[in-house]
Amino acid sequence: MIHLLVAALVVIGTTFILLASVGLVRMPDVYMRMQVSTKGASLGAGCVLLAVPVFFGDMGVAVRALLIIVFIFLTTPISAHMLARAAYMVGVPLWEGSVVDELAGRYDRERGELASPDEEEGPPGTA
Amino acid sequence: MDTLGFLDAVVSVCLGVLSVALGLALLRLVRGPTLPDRVVALELVATIFVGVVAVHAIGSREPVYLDVAIVLALVGFLGAVAFARFIGQGTGR
Repeated sequence: MIHLLVAALVVIGTTFILLASVGLVRMPDVYMRMQVSTKGASLGAGCVLLAVPVFFGDMGVAVRALLIIVFIFLTTPISAHMLARAAYMVGVPLWEGSVVDELAGRYDRERGELASPDEEEGPPGTA
Repeated sequence: MDTLGFLDAVVSVCLGVLSVALGLALLRLVRGPTLPDRVVALELVATIFVGVVAVHAIGSREPVYLDVAIVLALVGFLGAVAFARFIGQGTGR
């Protein structure tokens, strides 16, 4: 019975990892590739790692596996955020079918500064 | 068929599927087209390897392999952060 549960967890995790890879190849721009690969792969790796302590039934193994799961779920969003920010700053283009880009025209590439939307109207309270 | 034999078959199939996923990630790593694309692909490769190591730990009944997964997750994160800083160089911060 335990073995069937382990097999189910491994199959689910592997499927998510495979879907993340397919998304990485099929998606049209960096930002979509980033979101599909980070979410899918961390969920898949989490499922596979969850199968390990279920299979071994040992406390030391469970602690190590949970440590890896927590570490992956903490660090993947951070690195994805840093990468997306760096990619936008160096001007990697969005997909031409993208609907909204809220930073469009507000980022000065020479000075490396972001302008707030109300800057042209002066600071509040002076009008 | 007993359940342990079934689990071994599932582990073999899953290792094959993970190899296909690894090949797709390497395809994106080669094709680019920009440096951030390649860094995202590298990060995915590191995560897939964590999954491969975990599946192999079950298949070989050897929990020591989990230490390899810990190190891989750590190195993958540090590499992604270093690459993000490198890409963002000269753009303000």
